[in-house]
This record gives sequence, structure tokens and C-alpha cells, in this order.
Amino acid sequence: MSKIYNNRFLISRRIVQLLILGLFIASNYYGFKFIRGNLSAAKLFDIVYLADPYAALQMLSAGMLISVDIIIGSLIVLLFYGLFAGRAFCSWVCPMNIVTDTASWVRRKLNFKIASGQYLRVNRKARYWILGLSFIVSAIVGVAAFEFVSPISMLHRGLIYGLGTGWLIVLMVFIFDLLVLKHGWCGFLCPLGAFYSLIGKYSLLRIEHLKDKCTDCNDCKLVCPEIQVLDIIGKKSGYISYGECTNCGRCIDVCEDKALKYSFKKLKL
Amino acid sequence: MSESRRSFIKKSALASAATAIGMSLPASALASDIKSIEKFEGWRWDKSVCRFCGTGCGIMVATKNDKIVAVKGDPAAPVNRGLNCIKGYFNAKIMYGEDRLKQPLLRVDENGDFSKTGSFKPVSWQRAFDEMEKHMRKSLKELGPTGIAVFGSGQYTIMEGYAMAKLMKAGFRSNNLDPNARHCMASAVAGFIQTFGIDEPSGNYDDIEIADTIVLWGANMAEMHPILWSRISDRKLSNIDKVKIINLTTFTNRSTDLSDIEIIFKPHTDLAIMNYIARKICYEVEDAIDWDFVNEHTVFATGPVDIGYGMRTPDHPKFTDKERETVKAEASKVLSKTEGVTLAYLGHKEGDTLEMKNRGSAGKHWKITYEEFKKGLEPYTLDFVAELAKGDSEEDIDTFKVKLEILASNYINKSRKVTSFWTMGFNQHTRGTWVNEQIYMIHLLLGKQAQPGNGAFSLTGQPSACGTAREVGTFSHRLPADMVVANPKHRKRSEELWNIPQGTINPKVGSHITKIMRDIEDGTVTFAWVNVCNPFMGTANANHWIKAARNMDNFMVTSDGYPGVSAKVSDLILPSAMIYEKWGAFGNAERRTQHWRQQVTPVGDAMPDTWQYLEIAKRFTIRDVWGEQNIPGLEGGLPDVLPEAREMGFSPDDSLFDVLFANEKAKSHTWPDEVGNGFQNTEAEGDKRTVMGSDGKEWKGYGFFVQKYLWEEYREFGLGHMHDLAPFDRYHEARGLKWPYVDGKETQWRFNSKYDPYAAATGNTDYAFYGPALKALPSGTLTGIDNKEKTGLKNKAKIFFRPYMDPPEMPDKEYPYWLCTGRVLEHWHTGTMTMRVPELYRAVPQALCYMNPKDAQKQGFKHGDYVWIESRRGRVKTHIDVRGRNSMPQGSIFVPFFDEKVLINKVCLDATCPISKETDFKKCSVKIYLV
Amino acid sequence: MGASEHKYNRRETLRKMLGSGGLFAIGGMAWAGYVDEAKKVDLVLRPPGALDELDFQKACIKCGICVEVCPYDTLSLAESGSSIPIGTPYFKPRDIPCYMCTDIPCVVDCPTDALDESLVSIAKENGTVALDINKSKMGIAVLNTETCLAFWGIRCDACYRACPLIDEAITLDLTRNERTGKHAMLKPKINNEVCTGCGMCEHACITEETSIYVLPIAEVKGKVHDQYIKGWEEGDEARIDTTNVYKDTKTNEQSTLDYLNDTESLFEDE
Repeated sequence: MSKIYNNRFLISRRIVQLLILGLFIASNYYGFKFIRGNLSAAKLFDIVYLADPYAALQMLSAGMLISVDIIIGSLIVLLFYGLFAGRAFCSWVCPMNIVTDTASWVRRKLNFKIASGQYLRVNRKARYWILGLSFIVSAIVGVAAFEFVSPISMLHRGLIYGLGTGWLIVLMVFIFDLLVLKHGWCGFLCPLGAFYSLIGKYSLLRIEHLKDKCTDCNDCKLVCPEIQVLDIIGKKSGYISYGECTNCGRCIDVCEDKALKYSFKKLKL
Repeated sequence: MSESRRSFIKKSALASAATAIGMSLPASALASDIKSIEKFEGWRWDKSVCRFCGTGCGIMVATKNDKIVAVKGDPAAPVNRGLNCIKGYFNAKIMYGEDRLKQPLLRVDENGDFSKTGSFKPVSWQRAFDEMEKHMRKSLKELGPTGIAVFGSGQYTIMEGYAMAKLMKAGFRSNNLDPNARHCMASAVAGFIQTFGIDEPSGNYDDIEIADTIVLWGANMAEMHPILWSRISDRKLSNIDKVKIINLTTFTNRSTDLSDIEIIFKPHTDLAIMNYIARKICYEVEDAIDWDFVNEHTVFATGPVDIGYGMRTPDHPKFTDKERETVKAEASKVLSKTEGVTLAYLGHKEGDTLEMKNRGSAGKHWKITYEEFKKGLEPYTLDFVAELAKGDSEEDIDTFKVKLEILASNYINKSRKVTSFWTMGFNQHTRGTWVNEQIYMIHLLLGKQAQPGNGAFSLTGQPSACGTAREVGTFSHRLPADMVVANPKHRKRSEELWNIPQGTINPKVGSHITKIMRDIEDGTVTFAWVNVCNPFMGTANANHWIKAARNMDNFMVTSDGYPGVSAKVSDLILPSAMIYEKWGAFGNAERRTQHWRQQVTPVGDAMPDTWQYLEIAKRFTIRDVWGEQNIPGLEGGLPDVLPEAREMGFSPDDSLFDVLFANEKAKSHTWPDEVGNGFQNTEAEGDKRTVMGSDGKEWKGYGFFVQKYLWEEYREFGLGHMHDLAPFDRYHEARGLKWPYVDGKETQWRFNSKYDPYAAATGNTDYAFYGPALKALPSGTLTGIDNKEKTGLKNKAKIFFRPYMDPPEMPDKEYPYWLCTGRVLEHWHTGTMTMRVPELYRAVPQALCYMNPKDAQKQGFKHGDYVWIESRRGRVKTHIDVRGRNSMPQGSIFVPFFDEKVLINKVCLDATCPISKETDFKKCSVKIYLV
Repeated sequence: MGASEHKYNRRETLRKMLGSGGLFAIGGMAWAGYVDEAKKVDLVLRPPGALDELDFQKACIKCGICVEVCPYDTLSLAESGSSIPIGTPYFKPRDIPCYMCTDIPCVVDCPTDALDESLVSIAKENGTVALDINKSKMGIAVLNTETCLAFWGIRCDACYRACPLIDEAITLDLTRNERTGKHAMLKPKINNEVCTGCGMCEHACITEETSIYVLPIAEVKGKVHDQYIKGWEEGDEARIDTTNVYKDTKTNEQSTLDYLNDTESLFEDE
């Protein structure tokens, strides 16, 4: 029981990730009208569109007038993450998260100490540069540039519509995370993650740290994919305020002191 | 993909550049080298015939290592000169489908015993014949010879059909042998016999190149006779302004493309249109009548109209109430407004009840005068017929009238040679015999029959509907060479030729193919054998018959190359050798008989049908079948002919095989034979497979040339009797020969003394319609016989007056659409062969419901919607097509019958022409709604 | 921290900045180079109503909704490694053609208008606009007359009968078969103006490799110069683009003068 309790958010995330993926797949194979399409754009209940605002921005910089459907769809998504869920897309929706979490888990199990950055020094800010670059490249080439190379869409689309050689890229990410750089893809490179980090900075849903309960065991830091966001652990109570926090809840799972919890930021009016 | 596309563009650009500057390689240079090319070593080419339609295209078959490796159109074949259609293109491929039947399959329970509800398991040939014998004996014991039945075929080879006819009629003394050709040709046959006294067309395909006007009456030749259509197209191109093509049809089909005039008529009103033409001739341009011809060579005749529609009577217990709404017309019908006009000559008027008193004597007819004949035509004015017959509600009536007038004038114009073609539009018709007779009425009145380019020409659907079904006589009433079982002289002659005792042949006409189905449902046939056809898919009102076969206590056997619906409803399935795996011969629509040799060993344990028939013959002695037999409806039954048999030197223990098929005459045709040098003969000598035969021992052959024997014996029936065929070997030198083959010459145009030795022999210098059947008639008026004394009409043809009558089921409020069924170019009949060719399957994978876009809109359907098509008898579902190859007038739909998933015959009405017993697959009424 | 150290750090920072900048530039160029290559495609068939290929690639968000709503499973999203820009919808008519739904769900449901309703609509008389799938231009059928059986004289014309615009997009061209002397060849002929590129012909073609292909319009469209008008066809003027008329040429181009002044070349053989 406690094992389940200690993984409750991990399990919940997997359920949510797979459920979303499953609904997409089911709608393709069985004609469900619940949610059709994929993470780039989708039609919900056959009524309203949802769209990936990052993809939409790339299209815009590629020189395309964005359709009303996509504008509305992007705004819904923006508002959801921006106001409410923060960077939860990365940990609760993105299928690549399962791949990178697995790589991370294998690392821990095998006790890999290598490649924690010794061989390849990458700055966690790199993703913001890549994000910026993606708009420049989109503008130069005239198409949404990240969508041509995104392992996320390849994996997600691949699972719904057929993968082709896309599994190679997914495997590449896995190996990169496993052998080259810990949390390398999600924590350093992914521009979509960077995008959601930016828009998720002010969301209401946050991880709250209660210093009084903290025993400084640092278990949370062991599992956190964005370790820098936990800088207040053991130092002061408060919300984890970084946009890069994915709200994955893994730290809450592993905290035996109940020093971490989800909570809503109180609006300072 | 992109690579191949890119390279394609390059390749085709190069190729067109090469052809543009005339760089194609000289073909002759290639041909002489070809034999020396290594990869062609061991190839053997031999001539053969296309497996499919009645056109009868010649093909060449190449074999290597006992496999067919290629086919080509036979450049020497007069019909097709090396060409084929796409079915013909796949002749090699149909042999080697993945699911060819390769072993006998029997329904068994878990103990391996036969069980009607068991699953199919492979069994030995011996076991298969054991079961068949057991169930045949049971049926014969309980019900006599009429308790067994055989579904024959227009796709039998001539020898197979002859062997089965002899086995059934001379052996089992049962006339319950009827071919699927009943569904396709019977009305043409009845029309020929009643009009000319002899079956089959007078003309030949060369009429196409001579005719000035070609009229299609219910024949979509563009799809159903593709190679003949390319000949018609060429004829049109040869003189575009002069040559006229007129397409009469109930919906726009592919034959319309080439046509100068398309006449869309309401189903069944062809009867009226023809009377309009005759009326115009007799009332308006009487000079057009070729009086010399008419007076010299014809008489006028008519017959009764209260003949029913070939259905069972409404009191039959297996009918549902819905079905009875239609079937009640079989007993009597209330005359419609139109019939009130067209039957006024009989004193009837609208609203009268017509009792169907002549159901049992539908074919009777009598001589009338020209004046009487003319009187009958009176109502068929242009106004009346146009109003009745216009089939497209969107067409302007005046336009339609003009078209009818042009049609009539094309016939009447003395300077024009006119050939009329028809297939199922006429034949599958509840007045099919009448409408066949009416086309001769027009041609005979104008003296345009039996001359090159001038004549009414009945096309056949199947490759040997003429050659086997009709000429051999695998019908329930026929014997070879146009003889019939009801005629004592014909029986006697047949018994002599077959060397069997007098009185062996059953004089009572057996059950026609639809009746066999009905008999199965009634329990009066409890053993049936399907030969070379798929009747459980191809017979109208199929729900009844499928249920009867599966749910009643009976035993169904199907011999086939591939599994189809009939195999599925059977209890025993026998794997048959397919066309080039056996010796055979087909006869096409122009009386051309074509033979081929066995090219390869059959697949698996499949065996030729002839072998199957002869092996079952081994299981019965003449004692079993030639004693006294009870025949329902035949007073006194069949006599015991065993004493005479004994006198003829037979022992009661001789098997039917010994007496009918392995007699002295048979054994005189020895194998090997020069004509078979280098070719095998599975029946004569066995083959390399060491198949375990019907006795459980390795099959080593009969030791004689059984096919040649069957041919030569069969040939004797026709020699000197207007059906002369050539000796067996002669056909292996020629590309088919048109009978009568007299003094080493084939006959191009029959009944014409210039071309036909039989006509010349009558002493007539011009024409002689010498057919011997039904050539003595009583005489009378339109209303009936007034002089029972029969007068002979030697060498004369009959010009019939036949009125218009409504079909038994017409669209109404509840079932608002006419349903017409038929074929498509890509598939053959029920698709057992062509649906297995992936290319043909992909080209046309499903039978669609062709429908007028306005009808679809009215019902809220869109193109591609999935719908139920429902009649009073059953329903099927398929997709709607409102564009494409067939465009329907409002109120009509067309659904092809090749697709077993759209088993449209569950919907069709099993009404037949009461004379020919051919089902009307072209008309019934249905409703359509979304699935 | 000494001055030299400070200096060293500044240099280090500068070096780092240059390095990062270089990486950024190189990465960007490599990325752009790859995408530019990956978006190249010339032989892919897009769903009905697709914008011109470049605009289409710009607009398509790769969501796959068109794929899902297609009732015939005609459309696929390009997989990685398929030589079609990844994630974009396409179809291969030889496998499954476009069956030309009259309600065109793939177009109607496209969120980005990469499949543009206006390209598959017609203005009706009453001023409203209605979908008309027959207006779509997915490609044009091209016939390989070397392998087409009809050109051998074989009665096939399966493509013709399969065509949803039979007798309009494909017609039969009848010619006499001089070899047999009594048969006609019924040769399919494609009308480029009408052909929608649905590919039902390609699907139906019974030769082992199809003899009738649908190719993207850009690959097959020819164009006659705007300066020639068919004298024998009334109204052919309507065809030409009048904005393309010749501009005035300058007089006495240098090249003209050079040519005229070069008399030497006339005496080269001496």
C-alpha cells in the first residue's frame, strides 16, 4: 500500500498520459469522437479545436496566417497551462516523458554516475536558445521547423498513425538521456518544454514546500528532473516558483516527511 | 513510391520520344529469335478457348513444367484475332488461386461420421463416393428417379454435359437435369423453337461487319461481350455517318457511348415497342412488308395470354404473407389500365380479373391470318406506346417519340441491313419467349432474316450455353440435337444411339432449375448435385433455397474449382479440374464449336467432372435403376426394361459405367491417340499425381480415349439431322467450326439456300426455315382456335402476335423502385473465379447499388451511403453509387450479382416466363433505406 | 581577484559567448538545412482542397484529423523516413484512392485551412457556396500508353469505368485496329481540365504495375505561351494571361551594336 502511496502521482501521471494517448488512438481506430487528432491539434467532442500554441507560433513565423480555429485552440491551451496547470504538459501529457523518465529510472537503478554533465557541458538555458532558434529557422525555411524534428510529435503521432523510422529518434533521446546527459532532453534541450516553462511561470497550481517538516533528506532532489527549481528545499517554506517545474509531483511522492504538497497559489489582490 | 514515380516519368518520356521518331523494334526480328532464347525453352503453346463468356474468343496457352505460364489471344481465331478482354487476360491466373479446392470435403461430426450439421473435413475420393452413393440410393429408394437432381451448366464442356445427360436420362432415368443456362438462354431457345422449329441463331458474328444498323435490345454488349463490342465499334468507325447503333435499355449503360440513339424504356415495355414497330409497318407503310418472303416462308400465329408468371401458386405453405402479395398474380390478376387496352382484343377491359387458366399450356399457339395479326397490333400507336414505354421521367415525350420513329425507320428502310442483338434484357423476362418471338416478327415481316448483315441474333452469356446446354440438351425436357423427352420418336432414336432398351428414357419432363430448387424446398428432391455452376447464389429468391439446402433432410453435393455459396450450403464438396486441366470443347453463340486439349495436370487431388460422373456410374448397376419406377404424374410409371437389356446382352449386374460409358464403342477409341501426342489425359491414363481413386486404389485411367468417344457418339445425334458436327480430330486443326458442318464445310448463314446445304436441299432457292419442331398447327382467330385440324407448315417460320402485359411485380408505394440485376465486365457471373484474381477484385471489389442522384437526394442519401435493399422476399446491404458506369433513370436501381456479400438474388423474384421457365432477374420492386 | 585574472575571465566569457554563438549559428544552419531538405517533395498526393505544396506545408499542423475523419482510410500521415515531409497527410491511390465524399470531411474538419474549403466549393446561383468535390485538384492522371492494355487492343477500360467523372475526366478514344481489321481499340483519354486526381483509375488498373498514374499537377502540367492563340478555336483568348505581355525593349542594346560591329567574324575563313 505504501508503495502505491509513495508513487501515487507517478501512477496518476502514467494513467493520465496513457489515457490521453489511448483516447487519441481509439478515436483514430474506432472512430470515437471524444478527441480526434493529436497533440499538435485536436478536435474535442467534435466541437472545439485545441492546438499546440508553440506549433502555431512557428507557423506564424513561417509566414502563415493562422486560422481562427487554431487561434482559439491555442488560446484555450495557453490559458489552461498559463493560468492553471503550469508546465504540467511535460509530465502529465507528453508521451516522451515516459521515455525520459524510464531512462532516468534505469540510470538510478544502474547507479550511473557518468554523464551527469562531465563529458558534455550543456547549459539548462540551451533550450531557450533552441526555442528562439526554432522561430528563426521557421522564418528562414518557411515551415514550422521544430515540427520536422520533434521527437515528441514523432512519437505521439507515430503511436496513433504509424511510426516509420521515428522510433530511431525516440531511441536517440533515450540513449542521450541514459548515457550522455541526465534529464538531457527534457531538462536541457526540448524547446516545447522551454515554451511551457515560460508560459507556466505564473500558473496557480504549484508545489508548496513546508520547511518545518523537511528533514533535509534530499530525496526530492534525487528524483527531480529540474533540480534547480528545488533551491528553497530545507531553506524556506513557499511555492516552487520556477516555470521549469513540471508539476510532476514526484518530489511529493518521495517525500516521507510530507514537506511537499500541491497547492494553489493565493492570488495577491 | 516517389522513386518509382520519378523513374516512370523518365521512362515514359523516353518511350514516347522513341515512338515519336519511329524507333520501335521490328517485331518480326524478335519473333524468330524467341525460340532460341533460353528462358523460353520447354515452353509449349497450344490453342484453346477463353473460359468466360459466350463470345468464344480463341486463346493460346503456354505451359512449362506442367504449369500454365502464359496465355495470349489467338491471332488466328476469327472471333477475336488475338485480342481478349480483361477476363480473358487473366485466363492463366484463374487456375492458381490460393483457395482452389484440392480435396473432397464432407460435413462430419466429431466421430468422423457424416452429419448435416457437421463441419467440412477432407475425405478420400472413395469416402466421398461412398457417401454420395449412399444418399443417392436413399433418395432413389424413397422417391424414385425424380428424387435426385443435377444442376447443370452452360459452362460444362460438351463432353461433360453429354456424359451427365446420358447418365441422368439413360442411366438414372431422371429428367431432373437442368442447367444454369435456363436462367440465361431458355427464352431464346423457346423463341427459336416456336418460330423456326430449331434452336440457335441463323447468322454469325460477321453480321456485325455487314450490318448498317445494329440494334441492342437489352444487351449491354460494351461490358458483357467486350470483344464483339470492339467489332461493333470498328464497324461504326468504318462509316460513322452510315452505320447506326441504337441502344434500347432501361438505364444508361456503357453501350450508350457509341450509340447514335439511346432509348430508355420502362422495364417490360419492350413488348409494346416492338408492336409499335410492327403496327407502323402494317398500318402506315404496308409496302415495306416483303410480301414474297412473308407469303412464301412464314405463317402468322398467336397464343393464350392467361399463362401466369411461372411462380408457385399462392397457397404454397412456404410463402410469407408479403410474398403472397405478388404471388397471387399467379392465380389471377386484375387488369391494369394498360392491359385493358392491350388485351381488349380478347374482350377484356381495365379492372377485369384474368384467371390464369393456361398456366399449364402456356406454349400452345395456333395459326391466324394476317388480318387477325394486324388487328392485334391496332392499339400500339406511337402516342400510346410512347406514353407507356418512356423510361426516363426527365425525358421529353416528343423526343422519345422521335427516337421510336427513327428506330422503326431503321428497320423499315429497305436499303438498310439491320442486325438486332439481345441477351438478358429479352431472355430474363416474364414474357421472354414472347419478346424473342416479337423481334423475329419484325425481321420476318420485312424479310430481313437469315441474310448476311440482316437478322435477329440472340447472344449467349456462357461459353457453352449453345454448345453444351442447348446442343447437347442438358435441359429437363431435352435430348441431344434439339430432340425432346416428350416425343416418343426422339426417345426411340436416342435409345438406339445410346444402345439402351426401348422405354428406358423417362417421357415426363423433369424439373427446370428453379423448380429443382422448389422441389428441394418441398422435399420431393432430396439429393442434388451442383455441376460447374453456383445455383444457390444465382437463383432468384435465394433465401428459400439456401434454407432448404441447409435445414432440411437432404444431401447436396457441389463439384467446383473454388468454394462459393453453393459449396457452402452443400454436404459434400468435390474438387474439380478446371478448364485447361482437362480435354474439352465449348460452343459459342455463333454455332462455333471449339476444342482444346488437356494442358496441365489438375491441382491437388482435383479431378475432371467427366471422371466424377463416370465414377458414380460405377456405383450403380442397371438392376438398381432399370426396373419398374414410379414417376409422380406419369401413369404406370417407367417400365421394367431389364428383360430387354438382358436380350441386348447386358447382365443386370453390369454397372451404368459398363453399359453407358465403357462399352465396346467406347473402347474402340483407344488412348494414346495421335491427336493427343505430347499431351496428357487424366481420365484415360491417370497422371503423375497418383490420386487415390473412387475405389481407394491409385487412379490409372480408363485406358480408352473417353472424351473422343463421348464426342463421336454425341456427334451421331446431329449427323443428317441439321446439327452436323465435325469429327473430333478436325477441331484440333481448325479455330472452331460453325455447324451444321456438311461436306467439310461450315455453315455461315442458316436457312439461306446460298449458304446452308440443308436449306438448299429443300429445293427452295432462297430460304427454308426447315426446323422440324412444332410444324403442325391448328388455326383460329386472335381469341382462340376455331379449327382444331392441324395444318403443316414445312420450311416456314412463324410470325407471332404477342400483346403487352404488365410484369407480376411493379413498383408501388411501399416498394417504389425497379430492381435490375446483371453482370459487370470485370467479373464472371457469381465471381467464384474472377473475385479471386486480385487485380479484378481491386478493380471492382463490391457490387454497388446504382441509383439516380435525384432519387438519392429525395431519400436523403449521399453517394457511398450504406443501405439496405429490401423486397418482399429478402434484403441485402451495399453502398450507393450515384455516378459512374451506370446512370439510372429515376425509380430504377441496378445491382450486379457477382458479389456474394451482396447476395442480390435473395431480393429477386423467382417469376419466370411460363413458356421458357427462365427467371426474370431484371424486374422486381424494392425499397431502400439506410443501414 | 587580480586584474589579470579579471582580464582572463572576461576573455573566457567572450570566448564562451563566441563559442555559444557559433554553436547557435551552426546549429541553426544545420537545422534549417535539414528542414529545407526534408520539406522537399515533388511526387506526393495531398488530400482534396490542399493548398499549393509550399503553403500546404506551412499551414499543415500535422494533427491527423483529416486522416481520422476519412471514411475510407485513404489518408495517412507521413512517417519519418518515408520521403514525404513528416507528419503531413497524403494518399497512395494504388492502395486506397480518394473516393470523393460529397461532404468532404477531411477538408471541413481541417483546423488550419491547409485543406481549404474554398478550393473545393462552387458558388451556386442563389449566391451561396456549396462543397463540390469535383472541383478538387489532387493531381492529374497520366497514362502509360506502352503498358495500357487498351492500347494493345484488349478490351479493358477498367480505369474509365472506375472514374467517378466517367465520360468527362476519362473518355474513350475509338480507333480502328488495323492489324485485326475488324476490332476497334477503346483507348482511355484523360481530360486534364476535369480530372480531380482521385486515383480511382490508378486503383482499378489491372496491369501488374499500374499503367495509369496520378501525379501532382505541378509535375505534369504543361503550359503554352501566352503569345499564341488558337486561330481555329473561338474564345481561346480567354486562356491567356494578359498581364504577361511583352515589355518594351530598349533600343540599341549594347549586344546589338557589338554584333553589328563585329565584321571580322565574316572573314574568319580567309
